[in-house]
Amino acid sequence: MPEIKVTPLGAGQDVGRSCILVSIAGKNVMLDCGMHMGYNDDRRFPDFSYITQNGRLTDFLDCVIISHFHLDHCGALPYFSEMVGYDGPIYMTHPTKAICPILLEDYRKITVDKKGETNFFTSQMIKDCMKKVVAVHLHQTVQVDEELEIKAYYAGHVLGAAMFQIKVGCESVVYTGDYNMTPDRHLGAAWIDKCRPDLLITESTYATTIRDSKRCRERDFLKKVHETVERGGKVLIPVFALGRAQELCILLETFWERMNLKAPIYFSTGLTEKANHYYKLFITWTNQKIRKTFVQRNMFEFKHIKAFDRAFADNPGPMVVFATPGMLHAGQSLQIFRKWAGNEKNMVIMPGYCVQGTVGHKILSGQRKLEMEGRQILEVKMQVEYMSFSAHADAKGIMQLIRQAEPRNVLLVHGEAKKMEFLKQKIEQEFHVNCYMPANGETTTIFTNPSIPVDISLGLLKRETAIGLLPDAKKPKLMHGTLIMKDNSFRLVSPEQALKELGLAEHQLRFTCRVHIQDPRKEHETVLRVYNHLKGVLKDYSVQHLPDGSITVESILIQATAHSEDQGTKVLLVSWTYQVGILERTYISSSSHWS
Amino acid sequence: MLDCGLDMTSTLNFLPLPLVQSPRLSKLPGLVLKDGSTFLDKELKECSGHVFVDSVPEFCLPETELLDLSTVDVILISNYHCMMALPYITEYTGFTGTVYATEPTVQIGRLLMEELVNSIERVPKAQSASTWKNKEVQRLLPAPLKDAVEVSMWRKCYTMPEVNAALSKIQLVGYSQKIELFGAVQVTPLSSGYALGSSNWIIQSHYEKVSYVSGSSLLTTHPQPMDQASLKNSDVLILTGLTQIPTANPDGMVGEFCSNLAMTVRNGGNVLVPCYPSGVIYDLLECLYQYIDSAGLSNVPFYFISPVANSSLEFSQIFAEWLCHNKQTKVYLPEPPFPHAELIQTNKLKHYPSIHGDFSNDFKQPCVIFTGHPSLRFGDVVHFMELWGKSSLNTVIFTEPDFSYLDALAPYQPLAMKCVYCPIDTRLNFIQVSKLLKEVQPLHVVCPEQYTQPPPSQSHRTDLMIDCQPPPMSYRRAEVLTLPYKRRYEKIEIMPELADSLVPLEIKPGISLATVSAMLHTKDNKHVLQLPPKPPQPPTSKKRKRVSDDVPECKPLKPLLSGSIPVDQFVQTLEKHGFSDVKVEDTAKGHIVLLQEAETLIQIEEDSTHIICDNDEPLRVHEGRKVKLCCLGCSDAI
Repeated sequence: MPEIKVTPLGAGQDVGRSCILVSIAGKNVMLDCGMHMGYNDDRRFPDFSYITQNGRLTDFLDCVIISHFHLDHCGALPYFSEMVGYDGPIYMTHPTKAICPILLEDYRKITVDKKGETNFFTSQMIKDCMKKVVAVHLHQTVQVDEELEIKAYYAGHVLGAAMFQIKVGCESVVYTGDYNMTPDRHLGAAWIDKCRPDLLITESTYATTIRDSKRCRERDFLKKVHETVERGGKVLIPVFALGRAQELCILLETFWERMNLKAPIYFSTGLTEKANHYYKLFITWTNQKIRKTFVQRNMFEFKHIKAFDRAFADNPGPMVVFATPGMLHAGQSLQIFRKWAGNEKNMVIMPGYCVQGTVGHKILSGQRKLEMEGRQILEVKMQVEYMSFSAHADAKGIMQLIRQAEPRNVLLVHGEAKKMEFLKQKIEQEFHVNCYMPANGETTTIFTNPSIPVDISLGLLKRETAIGLLPDAKKPKLMHGTLIMKDNSFRLVSPEQALKELGLAEHQLRFTCRVHIQDPRKEHETVLRVYNHLKGVLKDYSVQHLPDGSITVESILIQATAHSEDQGTKVLLVSWTYQVGILERTYISSSSHWS
Repeated sequence: MLDCGLDMTSTLNFLPLPLVQSPRLSKLPGLVLKDGSTFLDKELKECSGHVFVDSVPEFCLPETELLDLSTVDVILISNYHCMMALPYITEYTGFTGTVYATEPTVQIGRLLMEELVNSIERVPKAQSASTWKNKEVQRLLPAPLKDAVEVSMWRKCYTMPEVNAALSKIQLVGYSQKIELFGAVQVTPLSSGYALGSSNWIIQSHYEKVSYVSGSSLLTTHPQPMDQASLKNSDVLILTGLTQIPTANPDGMVGEFCSNLAMTVRNGGNVLVPCYPSGVIYDLLECLYQYIDSAGLSNVPFYFISPVANSSLEFSQIFAEWLCHNKQTKVYLPEPPFPHAELIQTNKLKHYPSIHGDFSNDFKQPCVIFTGHPSLRFGDVVHFMELWGKSSLNTVIFTEPDFSYLDALAPYQPLAMKCVYCPIDTRLNFIQVSKLLKEVQPLHVVCPEQYTQPPPSQSHRTDLMIDCQPPPMSYRRAEVLTLPYKRRYEKIEIMPELADSLVPLEIKPGISLATVSAMLHTKDNKHVLQLPPKPPQPPTSKKRKRVSDDVPECKPLKPLLSGSIPVDQFVQTLEKHGFSDVKVEDTAKGHIVLLQEAETLIQIEEDSTHIICDNDEPLRVHEGRKVKLCCLGCSDAI
């Protein structure tokens, strides 16, 4: 039986280094190629030796698909393609293709230039890697080869994020990447049609969370920022340069405008301005409202938000700073955090998910004394707030997507095992489909049961449907044909056509049965009696009395002769071909008895 | 329905609509017919020997009489120029279907319509001429009005609410997106290389493929290059929207455009470029961007005046995915793909919604003005024609190929201004067409009649027609053409349970047959074969009636048989089944097998078998049949 095999090399019961191998109808596809923010050793990249132990990546993989530009989905790409070695196609959307290399370069700089690591990918490798990328449009059907096709759907989440359908023949898999089912201030909601894939591989970051309304969260966020600024405190919002940053900037920008606030808002790193530029150029990927009004007012041109300079951190008085990276694991956000952590007037707002091992994760889990580099202990007195602004679908959203796509199986990745377990049960209960949650390196096999497409001759189809046109065209009806199988081609034709095509002669099979009845009358009278009787009994059939004295019921022939010895006995010869339905025959033989 | 274009050449028969009262136009004499009658002098005016209708310009619609447009399910749009009649169709014909177009096509199409509506609505005209349209009257008029076709069908411009309603019926699609229509056919837009978002369309079923090639370009300008590979293996290729100026080379024309522009400005004159607000203007601005410094034109102001100028310039920058490779790469940097962003930033190019307002303060001469409409009948261009027409220092440069420039200029005669004709039409010429057809090799080509003969004005140029084998099938307005192919097969799906139950039999090496008796389900033009239902259960509950309603009467049909029966084997099988008294007699054509005890006689011939049973018991016959079938195992049931 055909099967689909799925092996996560990363993101199996975990968040980070998303990388999922899918084998479908003889094709091997790798979904995402991310890095893990919680690790600094080998574990930060997926373990590609799973594939390379049996040969080259290029020979094994038919293509690689990147869902969006977040590093936990694309961070290992240059390592994978240039250091391990992969020369096949890599697919991603245009915005992802544009932004991905910048984040990779940023990541490389932090790792190599700041942390001094060697044996890491180089700038040139990023460039070479990007040359292998093929950009795809939304909804475009990309023919990877003769059989394998992929198609991108809008996923919300971040600019250019996409879900991908992978299809071979009539078997298909949908991979969601990260997605968001509710539109926000700058992006739309994920959307997919009822494509009924054999398998839906979905992220499950917020598998157990059902978030309150977005409006409440926004109001809460603004209130906290406002209060801190009012009492002269500083607000640090660690974000990734692209994504939530723009969302929160739009939120604060409109709030500042409305409340006429004066406290400065800064955005750290040179990346930002560039980042906003991408949003301007790829405005077709944002939500409807922004797209509609961009000619009059581009939402990504901020009036109140200015570029941050390192020296500003020591300025007295209130301010709000967006700083990268978002999990406080390195860079500017961590520097500012260290400066401000000691003052209880200040506040840090974590607007997104933090991976285990990061400073962000530690302070969110209540830790207030942190060991920094050089055994230094940092005491955190500032207020720590967590507010989920990450654009992931919550439990409700995940269920909604399943309802939209109607998959036959579901597989969870990109989440924590415990939460997955809960969601898995919920999915199995509500949709009665199998739900899987493999760990990294564990293979899940799903059996598919595809129907077989064959060519039917229009003559046969028309004949069958024409019969069906009356009285009810929608009613299913029985059809008879012959399937010719030749060199992997399947054609369904009428039996007559099949015989003709193959140059075979028909072999006629006829049955004749002698039925003896007691009837002293003349032969033609007997025939007439039988005829009248049959006509009365078999109202739905065409019963005919032929001039030569015989009777036909459809294709069944009945003749009567007198018995050679006993004139009082008449012999009925009932003759039919093999193709005559058993029903007619039974009727005739039984009714002949009757008479 | 493929495309929905508007014939705007009808407007050339009308007087221009001036933004500001024009003494010259209002003083034009009324028409006096040959017989001296003057009843038309309010409607028709004469200017330098030409007659014009003094009324709001009207457009010639697509043929709407030929068929009931409410029966059209789908309209496929190939580019923004080919959708200008959409509001007339979607709002006035009972059309309830869907329109498919790409996002840039819709956005820029909206801008073109907006400009059209705006430039006509802001110059309200009190009178609306209709007397001249009367067939009896039209006959008396001088050419070309006398020969204008279907004047009764000409319509005034639509309104913005109608435009919005029409555009709301459009479904956005992307290149290479497969769109299922009613399960019967699949349509796919492909890049055609002519304009932002311009598409050719593939219309295909599982076995037939029709390509619709309209407005395509092989030149490298700003749009994504034309996708030729996907047009291969077409049964029919419908070819239209070729270049209107097959003899002009677009590159040469651009060069001429630049040099004429520079010369005029250097001599202190102004340059007027009548144009559409999107399309070639982007390429012209890009050329000028490279040209102005070297030509010493850095201080000459460039103005782009259109109610949609700003939108057009902004929109051009956000369709990165629809642009050629070079422009896409720029967006990745991230930089705006078109250099007119820089021209605007450095104040070399300024754009205004109209000549009123800011423009009148900023206006400096000599200058270069891009403005519409290319027909010179409405829009801001009318104002500049009136303003600059009297001076031979000024130049009007025609770049759009849709209108004859002489006809466009007719109501402005006599004219002192220089006129330069540099039509830039990047669409396919005949050399490119033959190359394309050789490349994609369609079985049949279908095209408008005009493409199958040389242009009437150059009847010796046999190179200016489509040349392919077999010769193209041509069509004319309101003609019905039957496409030359016969459908023979359709796709059907066999459900796995049914497939499992099939018993294939190898008839010849490599060829197997299986008899299929199955339920045919047809839904949304998709056919599925399932296992036939089990014979109806004896009635057990009240629901019985409903069940038998759903399940059609099920008569298992016996397959056709083929092959012949080896007698020896047959006899052996019979004996195995307990017939001990089998006797075989040879006949002329075959054999007779006698089963005395069963009172049965079996005649076996090459292509037929006849079982005659002397017994009343039908059961017996069944048994015989069973045995018989066993023997036929080595023969074939089809």
